[in-house]
Amino acid sequence: MRRSIRFIFRGMPREISAFDPSITLLEWLRLEASATGTKEGCNEGDCGACTVVLAKTDGDRIRYFPVNACILLLGQIDGAELLTIEDLAKDGTLHPVQAAMVRHHGSQCGFCTPGIVMSLFAAFHEAPRPPDREAIGTALAGNLCRCTGYRPIFDAAFDVLSDLPEDRFSESNASRLEALRALEDDRGIVIGNEDRFFASPRHLDELAEMIARHPDATILAGSTDVGLWVTKKLAPLKRVIALGRVAALATVVEGSDSVFLGAGVTLAKALPVLERIDPDLGTLMRRFGSAQVRASGTVGGNIANGSPIGDLAPALIALGATLHLRIGKESRILPLEDFFVAYGKQDRAPGEFVTGITVPRPEAETHFRCFKISKRMDEDISSVMGAFRISIENGAVSGARIAFGGMAATPRRALRTEEALVGAMLANPHDWMGAVQALEADYQPISDMRASARYRARVARALLGKALTEIAGSSRATRIVARTPIGEVRHG
Amino acid sequence: MDDAPPVLVHQAITHDSAIRHVTGAAPYIDDLPEPAGTLHLALGLAPVARGRITTLDLEKVRNTPGVVAVFTSKDVPGRNDVSPSLGDEPMLAGDEISFHSQPVFVVAATTRRAARIAARLGAIEVEQEWASVSIADALSTGETVLPDYAFRRGHPEPAIDGAARRLAGEIEIGGQEHFYLEGQIALAVPGEGEAMFVHSSTQHPSEVQHIVARVLGLADHQVTIECRRMGGGFGGKESQASHWAALAAFAARLTGKPCKLRLDRDEDFALTGKRHDFLSRYRVGYDERGLIEGITFEHLARCGYSADLSLGVVDRTMFHSDNAYYLPHVEIGSKRLKTNTVSNTAFRGFGGPQGVLAIEQVIDAIAHERGLDPLDVRKANFYRDGSSVTPYGMEVFDRATLLPLVEALEASSDYRARRIAIAEHNARSPILKRGLALTPVKFGISFTLKHLNQAGALVHVYSDGSVMLNHGGTEMGQGLYTKVAQIVADEFGLPLERVAITATRTDKVPNTGPTAASSGSDLNGMAAREAARTIRLRMAEEAARRLDVAVSAIRFEDGLVHGGDETMTFAELARFCVLERVSLSATGYYRTPGITWDRAEKTGRPFFYFAYGAACSEVVIDTMTGEMKLLAVDILHDCGASLNPALDIGQIEGGFVQGLGWLTTEELVFDNEGRLRTHAPSTYKIPVASDVPAHFHVELWDEPNREDAIYRSKAVGEPPVMLAISAFMAIADAIHALAPGNPVQLRAPATPEAILDAIDRQRAK
Repeated sequence: MRRSIRFIFRGMPREISAFDPSITLLEWLRLEASATGTKEGCNEGDCGACTVVLAKTDGDRIRYFPVNACILLLGQIDGAELLTIEDLAKDGTLHPVQAAMVRHHGSQCGFCTPGIVMSLFAAFHEAPRPPDREAIGTALAGNLCRCTGYRPIFDAAFDVLSDLPEDRFSESNASRLEALRALEDDRGIVIGNEDRFFASPRHLDELAEMIARHPDATILAGSTDVGLWVTKKLAPLKRVIALGRVAALATVVEGSDSVFLGAGVTLAKALPVLERIDPDLGTLMRRFGSAQVRASGTVGGNIANGSPIGDLAPALIALGATLHLRIGKESRILPLEDFFVAYGKQDRAPGEFVTGITVPRPEAETHFRCFKISKRMDEDISSVMGAFRISIENGAVSGARIAFGGMAATPRRALRTEEALVGAMLANPHDWMGAVQALEADYQPISDMRASARYRARVARALLGKALTEIAGSSRATRIVARTPIGEVRHG
Repeated sequence: MDDAPPVLVHQAITHDSAIRHVTGAAPYIDDLPEPAGTLHLALGLAPVARGRITTLDLEKVRNTPGVVAVFTSKDVPGRNDVSPSLGDEPMLAGDEISFHSQPVFVVAATTRRAARIAARLGAIEVEQEWASVSIADALSTGETVLPDYAFRRGHPEPAIDGAARRLAGEIEIGGQEHFYLEGQIALAVPGEGEAMFVHSSTQHPSEVQHIVARVLGLADHQVTIECRRMGGGFGGKESQASHWAALAAFAARLTGKPCKLRLDRDEDFALTGKRHDFLSRYRVGYDERGLIEGITFEHLARCGYSADLSLGVVDRTMFHSDNAYYLPHVEIGSKRLKTNTVSNTAFRGFGGPQGVLAIEQVIDAIAHERGLDPLDVRKANFYRDGSSVTPYGMEVFDRATLLPLVEALEASSDYRARRIAIAEHNARSPILKRGLALTPVKFGISFTLKHLNQAGALVHVYSDGSVMLNHGGTEMGQGLYTKVAQIVADEFGLPLERVAITATRTDKVPNTGPTAASSGSDLNGMAAREAARTIRLRMAEEAARRLDVAVSAIRFEDGLVHGGDETMTFAELARFCVLERVSLSATGYYRTPGITWDRAEKTGRPFFYFAYGAACSEVVIDTMTGEMKLLAVDILHDCGASLNPALDIGQIEGGFVQGLGWLTTEELVFDNEGRLRTHAPSTYKIPVASDVPAHFHVELWDEPNREDAIYRSKAVGEPPVMLAISAFMAIADAIHALAPGNPVQLRAPATPEAILDAIDRQRAK
């Protein structure tokens, strides 16, 4: 058992053995470490002004993850090197990313700029060369700028990402890797006492036992949702059990028939795995939150929080995914759709937690499509998210699994629609109409600030039609952003 | 002493804080070291939009750990009013609640978190009344914040009725949240005696000073306001930064401690005004070629619970309801509707964008009805010789700029060929439709309230030859400090680094107007140049005396002072001046010439000049879902002889994208109880990087200002917002393709849902 967290800060190991379990990384930086270069713009992980980079080991290399410091809890950075805007320039020499931003007039009011620089700094180390516009857009989707219109920031990004990823961080890679490895150990962490603690166990059994002992503790995965309880609801999180260090939860197994994703696998790590199941999942995941949210948020968290508008659930329900849960020493598996019982209610007992999810790959003659509809293309919550797995035999639909998000109080299958679709001839759109009309029986969506009930119902019908049109092999353009087979360059 | 050609002015100089921005070393107010004992404030907010407070129980608030004090309206030492003019905005609500989340009490605590927790524990019991929230509600109550106002010329009704073609319609125009990245903030530090010093993130330090003094019951000279930089303003910190500064100063006065108030983002959304949303009704009569003969507009503007700046904002909507078009017989009317919602305020364009969007929709409707290309209808209706007087009686003296500018963009954007290509594409593509539009902007430059068109500056030259520059303008990212420093450095023939740009402070330059109306560099550039010239002349006289040459022979260049065959450094001359007792400090003052608008008489010239621009946008829409993507943008914009092309292009691009957000993704949703449901970036969507197309070309129209503005430049802050109307009209064009010949009814913002609704209406025709 370790009674402190350890990380690298300003080039030196830093150890902290007492802190409030709910203190955010941004609060620590600005209030405790007097590091005010990192800004608070929204306090909910949507604007990116607070972006910092966590450098972590990955085999024999260091990887750079941009994260929103405003909603990440301090305890979560154990084992990482924390890099902030103040770290980049050295002895009066700007980092190449900073120099490019100045050269291209990439700042106006400057308040978002530290976050943008940090996102581009992560991209400097992680993005493929030569840069592609879409990749830059994806890297910047979590950084709002209200002044520039982004053009000069794109130019700065193209410019700097055309250079080799060499900077003083890559030059000191070996020593920094060594410093990071020196932080690694096999011990669980507990800061505080039984009443008030931040715990970060290392092993699944330890985790299971701890959650069983503290069924009322907050289980913390990526903190992209729980962080807002702290910053917006002002909830005093007294007992926090973080999943981030449990190695077993980070497992990814890519089998020939199915894929297993541990509950703690980040959305960033899941992205390429899911994209290899179907390119639409890659598109979906790129539009899911932002680079910062995907670097922190996890597959398990997105499902376990039970949101009716989480984007992963409808896609995985349509694919026939099964959820793995554990309580104490007992494990069970259930179809993902059965996990969502009602709004705010999941099939999860106190003390029980999600350990992972198995996602079957579509079989031959089975097609998958998913569509995310939102006011803004990137970094927006869906008004409607539709996912379709359609099997075809002899030109007719032989099986259908259809699920929607944003259409009901939970992510839910369209059972009547599925039934009505079986037997429909793909080549005959009139044959689809029964299924399209059945959507009305499956869902009674609500109106809210994202869309009206009428629009949701209308778009759900449209998405089913669109999926079938595509599967039927229409040669006409059906989407604004094309569905792109893996390996091809994506263009808008 | 001749004016040397400018060295720094007209150059693409980097923003003065660029390096500090990218290194995190540019401090905003929340980054400043807090004075010892600083208390943090949070606000207790009204739970309903309208009603009377029956009980206010703050016991739990007071008993929260960390809380030092709790104050209500009863504790205000001076006047409980933070309004810019009319006295209709209490700092803390008394008995009456006027909008949802209106501040009722303020908590001071040792930490911000403690203050925020405590502020939510107040028991505010209210006798709730029905709240007027929407434009329809306000029309039903008939309540307004200001009297109706109209311009009229000729006989519009007979002209419309007698025209060959007629149309009538309603245009829904949404509001917009500023979403400056740095939220509202103030830090007040009590000084000696009754003095109060306030760091305020404000576009209008003088008004903050006056309001803080009013609330504290002090004379203005007891209050000093400082603003080094804002993390964005966009109009949202013009009149509405004073409320938070007043609260901070109020709490600081009563506790005797420094007090900081920084709104959380959700509070910032709920407690600060937005761009006004409108319903605009029109009737228009025109001939077979689409030439307008008569038109009436009635602009119904939702102002919220108080007047704030709505007089000027809605007037500017009226002033821009012609955009670039001659309207022979015209009436432009307006109602400034009162609702139980937060008071709407200035937002980049200040009402102008709503007026321009309205007339551009009318032009499109005419073109669609006639089967003409909208660009041809636009050009046919432009101000021209003989048809050159606006509905408010001002001659468009610089009308010759716009037609060649638009024709240049028409050519460079390949408008005509693309129109054909898009028609062909749309014929082949049943689901995805493309649209194209090229729209102009003519924007009047000057505050329509005459007394705001003045500025002051203060320049010191120190004995080492370094220069301190101060003026009444504020820096919100637009680069004003950089532009004014370029001007001053050129006056002295110095490199830029010899001019120190200092924070805007009310004790250095008094009685200033807001940095608004795009006028920052026009006004402050002139004032600072005058101050610098005063000192330069004194220095030149000293140099002439020393070198025994005429004053006219003295030149300031490259940090040197030349006279005859002799040269000395600027620093040497500065030292000589001090030794010879020559004052090296001066103020400068400027007031815009020639503006004569009389609102009561509805006559005169409200604008010094017009700024022009045009944009061509292409979009694709998905007719099944209403999704939209902007594919290409070409802009040609008139900054006169640009003071700094890099900064000006930044304003144009940024303004365009901000306008794009207003017209596409940024949707404000209030529920029936008057609560704003889109109160954070999770629900309110401003553009992100990928919303900007790869093809986003901006060129400057290189023609000096005909008026004697600073270096013949033109103001650039606001006009580009309206360039984004091209994207909105391109969406309408794509929808029009579904049923050509029928005007498109598309509301703004054109969200996917709005687009799909417009598609349904179009198909039903």
